[in-house]
Amino acid sequence: MIHQHFRVEKEDYANAGRISSQIKQMLKQLGVSSEVLRRIAISCYEAEINMIIHSYGGEVVLSLTAEGQCELKFADIGPGIEDVEKAMTPGWSTAKASAREFGFGAGMGLPNIKRNCDEFTLTTSPEGTTLVIGFRVL
Amino acid sequence: MTLNKIIELLKAEPLCISDPNCLHRSFEHVSATDLMSDALALVQSDSEKTILVTGLVHAQSLRTAEMLDINVVVYVRGKIMSEHDHQLAKEMGMNVFTTKASMYDACGILYSNGLLTAVV
Repeated sequence: MIHQHFRVEKEDYANAGRISSQIKQMLKQLGVSSEVLRRIAISCYEAEINMIIHSYGGEVVLSLTAEGQCELKFADIGPGIEDVEKAMTPGWSTAKASAREFGFGAGMGLPNIKRNCDEFTLTTSPEGTTLVIGFRVL
Repeated sequence: MTLNKIIELLKAEPLCISDPNCLHRSFEHVSATDLMSDALALVQSDSEKTILVTGLVHAQSLRTAEMLDINVVVYVRGKIMSEHDHQLAKEMGMNVFTTKASMYDACGILYSNGLLTAVV
């Protein structure tokens, strides 16, 4: 059983991807298969980048149960997603130029996360957005 | 095609070699993009046989390759990494090269020599 918290800062582009890399390494050491690990890594990285680009900051919580269920929760403190339906549409983006400079903001993040995970729950309000994604790892 | 042959065709220079054995490994697929979101969304090929070709010289092109389990990155237009990115590439076990070829020319060379898209 693992339960670990990681802090994400607003617009911390210098460290973008570091948390996803740590989580990937942890799960690899625990013997998660490469196919599932790749899906987790892609989803986690996209969600981490989203938090850095769009939110005021927040945290990532990794949970792994003895039954082999891996859950990643991305909870930020705002400003929320104005139109979830549009945010889930491939190619639609509100990212700033600073995000595009390092290869993101093409509007593929949330659709790609949903495609790669086994469970997907997104709730949002101006006070914050919480994305919970689940994977069966055993 | 071995990575050695790919490097020769692209007239590429090494920027960071973490695993010298990779030069003798065979590669079949190429993901060529400056949009990391596209690479993350579209690459479906066997990562051990895939190289990332990009003009985005940034830690995030290395991070993207890492998430996709790709460990060979080729920068086009003669771009080189910062010392920070070089250190990061080492930590990740990444093998990074640079070619003076443009993205268009690099892709043309690799395509005409039989390498396939990573979008399968």
